[in-house]
Amino acid sequence: MSNNEYTPGPGHYVAPLEETPLAAVDAVNVDEKPSNLWRDAWQDLRGRISFWISSVLILLIVIVAIFPQLFSSVDPTKCDLQFSNQGPSEGHILGYTKLGCDVYSRIIHGTGTSVSVGLIVTVLVFGLGVIFGAIAGFYGGWVDSVLSRVGDIFFSIPYILAAIVVMSQFKAEDRNVWVISLAIGLFAWPSTARVLRAEIIRVKQADYITSAKSIGLSNFKILMRHVLPNSIAPVIVITTLSLAGAIVAEATLSYLGVGLPSTIMSWGNDIGAAQDNLRNSPMTLIYPSIALSITVLAFIMLGEAVRDALDPKARARR
Amino acid sequence: MARYIFFRLLQAIPVLLGTTLLIYFMVFAMPGDPILALFGDKTPTPAQLEALREQYHLNEPFIMQYLRFLGGIFVGDLGTTYSGQPVISVLQSTFPVTLRLALIALILETVFGIGLGLLSGLRKGGASDNIILAFSLLLISLPIFVIAFVLQYLLTFQTSIFRPTVGEGAPWGDLILPGIVLATASVAQIIRLTRTSVIETMGQDFVRTAYGKGLSRGRVIPVHILRNSLIPVVTYIGTDLGVMMVGATVTEGIFNVPGVGRTLFQAIKQSEGPTVVSFVTVMVLLYLILNLLIDLLYAVLDPRIRYVK
Amino acid sequence: MKLNRIGVGAIALAAASALVLTGCSTSGDNNGSGSGDGAGIVTANGSEPQNGLVPTNTNETGGGRIVTSLFSGLVSYDAKGKPRMDVAKSIESSDSQNYTVTLNDDRVFSNGEKVTASSFVDAWNWAAQVSNKQNNSSFFEDIQGYNADADSPLTGLKVVSDTEFTITLNQPVSDFELRLGYSAYVPLPKDATKDITAFGEHPIGNGPYKLDGDKAWTHKERIKLVKNDTYKGPREAKNKGLTIVFYSDLGGAYADLRSNNLDVLDAIPDADLASFQKDLGDRAINQPAAIFQSFTIPERLAHFSGEEGELRRAAISHAINRDQVTKVIFSDTRTPAHDFTSPVIDGYSKDVEGSDVLNFDEKKAKELWAQADAISPWSGTFQIGYNADGGHAGWVDAVTNQIKNVLGIDASGAPVPVFSAFRQEVVNESIQTAFRTGWQGDYPGLYNFLAPLYATGASSNDGKYSNPQVDALLKEGLAATSIEDANKKFQEAQTILFKDLPAIPLWYSTVNGGYSNKVSDVVFGWNSQPIYEDIVKK
Repeated sequence: MSNNEYTPGPGHYVAPLEETPLAAVDAVNVDEKPSNLWRDAWQDLRGRISFWISSVLILLIVIVAIFPQLFSSVDPTKCDLQFSNQGPSEGHILGYTKLGCDVYSRIIHGTGTSVSVGLIVTVLVFGLGVIFGAIAGFYGGWVDSVLSRVGDIFFSIPYILAAIVVMSQFKAEDRNVWVISLAIGLFAWPSTARVLRAEIIRVKQADYITSAKSIGLSNFKILMRHVLPNSIAPVIVITTLSLAGAIVAEATLSYLGVGLPSTIMSWGNDIGAAQDNLRNSPMTLIYPSIALSITVLAFIMLGEAVRDALDPKARARR
Repeated sequence: MARYIFFRLLQAIPVLLGTTLLIYFMVFAMPGDPILALFGDKTPTPAQLEALREQYHLNEPFIMQYLRFLGGIFVGDLGTTYSGQPVISVLQSTFPVTLRLALIALILETVFGIGLGLLSGLRKGGASDNIILAFSLLLISLPIFVIAFVLQYLLTFQTSIFRPTVGEGAPWGDLILPGIVLATASVAQIIRLTRTSVIETMGQDFVRTAYGKGLSRGRVIPVHILRNSLIPVVTYIGTDLGVMMVGATVTEGIFNVPGVGRTLFQAIKQSEGPTVVSFVTVMVLLYLILNLLIDLLYAVLDPRIRYVK
Repeated sequence: MKLNRIGVGAIALAAASALVLTGCSTSGDNNGSGSGDGAGIVTANGSEPQNGLVPTNTNETGGGRIVTSLFSGLVSYDAKGKPRMDVAKSIESSDSQNYTVTLNDDRVFSNGEKVTASSFVDAWNWAAQVSNKQNNSSFFEDIQGYNADADSPLTGLKVVSDTEFTITLNQPVSDFELRLGYSAYVPLPKDATKDITAFGEHPIGNGPYKLDGDKAWTHKERIKLVKNDTYKGPREAKNKGLTIVFYSDLGGAYADLRSNNLDVLDAIPDADLASFQKDLGDRAINQPAAIFQSFTIPERLAHFSGEEGELRRAAISHAINRDQVTKVIFSDTRTPAHDFTSPVIDGYSKDVEGSDVLNFDEKKAKELWAQADAISPWSGTFQIGYNADGGHAGWVDAVTNQIKNVLGIDASGAPVPVFSAFRQEVVNESIQTAFRTGWQGDYPGLYNFLAPLYATGASSNDGKYSNPQVDALLKEGLAATSIEDANKKFQEAQTILFKDLPAIPLWYSTVNGGYSNKVSDVVFGWNSQPIYEDIVKK
């Protein structure tokens, strides 16, 4: 750890303790229009360019996911070995896979699956992580012990075992996006929960929380209005990245042979299948990875904008 | 404090019981007949099948199998693998190797993750911030097996800096390349997490006060900014060590590291109950201790946090 | 309680480093002894044996390659799969049913114990008993007295003297002598079966190699063998030893081979199939192997019984362009099948009557399919089941795509996550699709490729195929007094198989491998394994 060489000097005892963010305390006292962090954040968000760019990009990805046929007229399941690994040609702008399927069309048609896996896992991880993490961190004591240990149990189960077991409970034709998302998400949330718990433990010591308590706000209100908004930033970072993580995890499961059946088109399946092909035709692997990167970038930008909007200090500086 | 630690350690008992039961059940619920699989594409006679099922107690009901395993723990017998090796000796040979691998990866991802994240956060919106974002994106969107193949290819035959696989006894030097690969899996997360945390902290009043008091950047950055930004990062790194201990399946496979991830994956595929449960049990223990240490570290990183019971 | 936070930090860090230190210290002792490091030792790839190294219990290649190096049987195979005398001086029989075996009297185990007639008879008798749970016990089923369901002594084995014993079979078996080269038929030292588990850890054999000391076998990592100087016979090692490194991933093994860290590799990862001959130049090996691959459409599936099933199977067979798949998917490392056996087997023929059903013919395929539709119209999806953890997805998808394109029906792969589940579904007959099947020869004979798979009730007859004509021909072939006569009968049986297609033949595997620039004289045998003892290390 980088801090073990450091001997604390007098300076730093002073710094964190003597400064009180009075604004937070003041805000509670404003009578006509109580400051609401969530509403303020939205006000702020609307004025950010990165928010609009990422939103448009995400909207576009969602449209591709729902109406793939608008973007590609080639049947992605019509594959012919005679075109194996051929380069781009008329009507097939990204060429063919090893099995002779159209790369572009497969990426377009795989969008739905991959984005769904990403989103479902993300929602699952975010939801479970925030509920467990917030309650454990805020209430502490035995509540914390119980919730944290439940998290430990889930987290120590290797996700491959989980995936094999969950996937195997379903017949090949029933193994779909929901099943694989469940298999990935159900065992990934404790990491988010722990990070949020840590942030909350830190934030709840802050003086403005003590002040909020002293003016008689209920615990739940304090948690929702003050603690959570101030500790959510790292969770947003992890969540936006876990979207990518989920799509990639799906590819890794395919690589290990426990992913979605190859009849379901997804970027992960394409990346997994292209791994054999890395030396002959690396582009079959790179193109779906680029699609993945663009999607991830859009969500990272959105996450960044939301995080900035939620941070009153960052807002104040603008 | 001692009391707090004692109670935390006490909690390990229900957690261990819960985990072993859950895992044992999962292995039990796995489809397939491990005995049949031992015969490959051939089919054994019914008498052979029966005899082997009996030998591995597979014909007993689930709860009996579980209790047998649990009873074994107390006498130090964790059962045997299908190849007749005591599980305990498998544990002894694999955990040190994986621990070394994870340590290398941990150091790399901590140094690069926090370093680049700090740089990125301090120069928010600048050129280095964007370059680091692009670099993290690259790492995030490539699955680990692709990164492993590419690095193995570039750094072994092209330049022969490293051996392509791990040699006898898995010495430290051979573990560097797999360590790098393993680190790439979460370095991007640590970069982004550190960056966000640093940006948050920089907005805090005490940082402005510190600058206002005339303290130098060299003092403010490590003491005031970094230290106060580390809690989420340290938590994440802690959970990541857990992931690396069991989740190094792909990396250990590709670089032929005789460690936990590879062995566990084989055992899972063969439905080798005792092996899987023993491995995961050790994992849980490690994980509990690790989390306790991290919780204690919070108090070091932020003096306002107290564990008073 | 007030906390001194520096104190807490110190505890946390101290505990953390303690964790790490204990982690490292335990690893210090696994660099076990072992004399033969370095010069003259050949390194080869392998995998951790599934069981202890007991020959009669080893039925997979990981343990098989070690067991064959440690033990020698009555006969051994040369590179072409021809049997030659090893421990036996002669094996004689006039009727293919009663055999007299005479041993060389100068053969010993590596511990000095003499190899006698009892070394064989006791070992075989022990392995054939159900209660001893030996995976290879069925290899003794033709010997008089064998019982698959209960313990029963092999009355057909009689010791005449230290160097002579006789074998009586239940029926004439024309290829029995050929079978004797399989590793189930090796001798064991006297005390081996007293504690077979311990013996499996530290086997004592009579083969060209022996274990290099007590710590020779580092589980899941490697096993070190050294030349056995007491071995006499045709397989004497031309190198000082053999270290088999267990790889979990072929990619790493191939990388090691290319950087000359590994001397011999007997398989090439899929990703490098297209380029390995260019990478390795004349150190690349690509030769036919005794491995047959197919998929099976069981009779019990809807639309696949009776005359309709016969038509549909033939149509599907004609719809597969084997040349294209072997070329594109496997980069010519498979060869299209022309029969149900393998080109490396004695008696193999490319032109068995009826084999034209394996030719790619779109028109014929459509015609036959239409005829079947006239009997009962097709409905549903045609699927081929496979275990997803074995790298089969590529060819299954390619083949089902061809079927789909030619016949205009829905066709796809149906992966089962793990091998154990796949085998269970196949054996229980709960699998509701066609499924991949394959066979690697135990010994180089046609009978071994046919009887275990297509005879009624045979152990690996996964499609539950049954045709009395085939059964009769196989039996007649076995009873023939010469191998030539026997092979004629077996080929007749194949003609019927081509009509019934109990399995749809796809291709034969080839051995793909290579060797480093530190060794020479690398030859791969009929069983796809390098002949380790002949390798010369520079």
